[in-house]
Amino acid sequence: MHLSETVVSGFFFLAPWLVFAPLTGLLFNLTISKWFKFSENQVGAVASLASGAAFVVSVLLAYSVSINHGEMVSVPLAEWIHVGTLKLDWTFRVDSLSTTMMLVVSGVGTLIHIYAIGYMHEDVRFKKDEGRFNRFFIFLNLFIAAMMILVSGDSYMMLFVGWEGVGLCSFLLIGFWYEMDTLARPSWANSNAAKKAFIVNRVGDFGFLIAGFLMFWHLGSFQFDEVFKAAPAVAESAPWVIVAITLFMLVGVAGKSAQIPLYIWLPDAMAGPTPVSALIHAATMVTAGVYLVTRSAPLYTLVPQAQYVVAMTGAVTALFAATIAVGQYDIKKVLAYSTISQLGFMVAAVGMGGYVAGMFHLITHAFFKALLFLSAGSVILGMERGHHHLAHAQAHHESKPAKGKKLSKEAHDDGHHSEEPVETFDPGDMRNMGGLRKTMPVTFWLYMIGTLALAGIFPFAGFWSKDEILLDASLHYQGVYWLLTIAAFLTAFYMGRQVWMVFFGEARHDAASHAEESPRVITVPLMILAGLSVLGGALNLPFEGFHNLGHWLGHTLGEVEGLPLDFTVAGISTVLALSAILISWLIYGRNPIKAGQVDPLKKPLGFIFTGMENKWFVDEGYFALIINPFKKISQFLADVIDWRFWHDFVHDTVILGTYNWLSEIALDRYADQKGIDAFANWLGTATQSVSATLRKVQNGFVRSYALSVMLGVVLILGYIIFK
Amino acid sequence: MVKVDYYIILSAVLFTIGALGVLIRRNPLIIFMSIELMLNAGNLAFVAFSSVYKSFSGQIFVFFVIAVAAAEVAVGLALIVEIFKTKKNINIDEMNSLKG
Repeated sequence: MHLSETVVSGFFFLAPWLVFAPLTGLLFNLTISKWFKFSENQVGAVASLASGAAFVVSVLLAYSVSINHGEMVSVPLAEWIHVGTLKLDWTFRVDSLSTTMMLVVSGVGTLIHIYAIGYMHEDVRFKKDEGRFNRFFIFLNLFIAAMMILVSGDSYMMLFVGWEGVGLCSFLLIGFWYEMDTLARPSWANSNAAKKAFIVNRVGDFGFLIAGFLMFWHLGSFQFDEVFKAAPAVAESAPWVIVAITLFMLVGVAGKSAQIPLYIWLPDAMAGPTPVSALIHAATMVTAGVYLVTRSAPLYTLVPQAQYVVAMTGAVTALFAATIAVGQYDIKKVLAYSTISQLGFMVAAVGMGGYVAGMFHLITHAFFKALLFLSAGSVILGMERGHHHLAHAQAHHESKPAKGKKLSKEAHDDGHHSEEPVETFDPGDMRNMGGLRKTMPVTFWLYMIGTLALAGIFPFAGFWSKDEILLDASLHYQGVYWLLTIAAFLTAFYMGRQVWMVFFGEARHDAASHAEESPRVITVPLMILAGLSVLGGALNLPFEGFHNLGHWLGHTLGEVEGLPLDFTVAGISTVLALSAILISWLIYGRNPIKAGQVDPLKKPLGFIFTGMENKWFVDEGYFALIINPFKKISQFLADVIDWRFWHDFVHDTVILGTYNWLSEIALDRYADQKGIDAFANWLGTATQSVSATLRKVQNGFVRSYALSVMLGVVLILGYIIFK
Repeated sequence: MVKVDYYIILSAVLFTIGALGVLIRRNPLIIFMSIELMLNAGNLAFVAFSSVYKSFSGQIFVFFVIAVAAAEVAVGLALIVEIFKTKKNINIDEMNSLKG
């Protein structure tokens, strides 16, 4: 249905404000907030309100879709490119699938905006550049705008604009502290991480573009409905076309949603501030690939081979990333690999045709992974506060430790940074933590909720969504099912390991024993997310009449029969999750590791653990297989081919030499000097000699002139007479 | 009536004498006279043919020639006077400053 054609009730006309609202916030902070020197809270409030406005619009749109019985409405905004048969418009597509994504993006996004007011307030002080506070919120609003274009576009090209936009924001925000590393030491580590994300995504975008070109060439359009209408006929006559389109699209998905083989950028992306990790690299942007596959469901359904490839990619990624997460020590790196693993679950689900399950997990994952990341951010801030306080106390007031709390506040405000200890302290390293449940109780409980939801413990949100994926897998592909089940086991294990290491046992570093709880602006958004992580499962309970999400998405994806709860599948996964937590307690909880102790898993697992610890040397493998040969080839091309061959030999020797020979010898010496010059000189001397001869005729005697006149007359007359 | 051939022969003789005079003599006054002689030789030929062909054109030409000769002499004598004034000499062979 087209908005301009039929009168539909509802708030569809508001759709462009999904993009304009965050853009307004962005422009406001870019100009007015700067001119009038708004305080940090005001800047944060503007950005949060802009994001909140997008959330309100999303709610109104979802309401409008529901009162229109789930019918799709497209809201045209402007013409974009009309060339020949290519017709691209800025048109917003409002249906149950896109509004679901809008709600997740703007809802979680707004909470993270609010959290970021508190987080960045401290972060800019730890990194000593308060001027960047405003910039952070500008980038965050830009991200929301781009993500809204991505999820609400009516054609693959509009989706691609958003796709590139979020990629840009990801780059900008990973490299937010571009001139330092994660420990604020001067280094290019953060900007290298940003570049890595951008370049790896470029590989994926290349696949997406190829898919787009094939689509336009063979299906004649980029617009979703037209593509889906043309696809079945092409699938009949030339099935390889659809296979190629879907598989190239999978390359794009692997780039954006961090699947094998392009997942390598996501762990490095943790260099960005924690709200960024939560918003972009866990909850929203990285799920764009899952959304793309779901949106392209009519294409994938036509080619089961491609579906199998997608499902296997997701399942292998889920397991592979989970094993790496077991061996990590950085609190955010564990969550990063966990995100890759969970994205693998979603991709596997949509690959199997379980679009509802995939979207369900996308939503619940957005809740609990945002919660986990933000709580991890809170933990890191707590550690930084503890460390700061400690450093300050040691430096100035060693004799009066009782005034600790007040002093730490002073340290923030008047900036006594010069006398910090030389030791580089990593506030994100779990080996420095321990016992934080006593110093940061609120964060601890919130983290526990997130952990249980991620581990898939009944009745938290993750249980229902993960179970639905496993159930789908057990019905379609047994191989995928077992891969995912093992991944689920490892998920519970590494989360258990993390919780025991971070919150239980004794503090392994003085900073951990002095850690302080975060302020309300940080914890309140976390509480909301925690609530959603507990209750999110209610969106799509596997009982008759409770398949709300399935029914809702059915308006867009076609009605699917809701699967009932399978006690075997649910039982296996729950038992595995609980036993994984138990095992992790036996290893890490019962005997908490001491400061400086190696990981207790290292001894029994040996080289396997070394592999996990070092990310299975995938980055090193990429270096050995692609980057170093690439560098060698470039160096060879630059040094030998370009410089020595082209420059030194071809240019200097052949071309310049030939030119010199031509100009100096052939043209100058022979053609010019001996040809043209010689002729001109001869002309001059000849004229001179002729005139010297002729001059003698002018002897000055009038009589001789008269005689010549006379002779002339005689000659002429003689000629006339005797001719 | 005298045959026209004699007039022409006389005219030719006079012309030749004039021409030789121009070529040989060094005194400009004599040269002028020789030129007059040549002009009048021409006049004679004109008049002779005029009577042969019973046409007045020849005689009219003669008037023109006489007028032009008078003008020419006037200019020429003036030049000679001026040359004499500067060079105190009118030897024609000395007037060779335009020699190449």
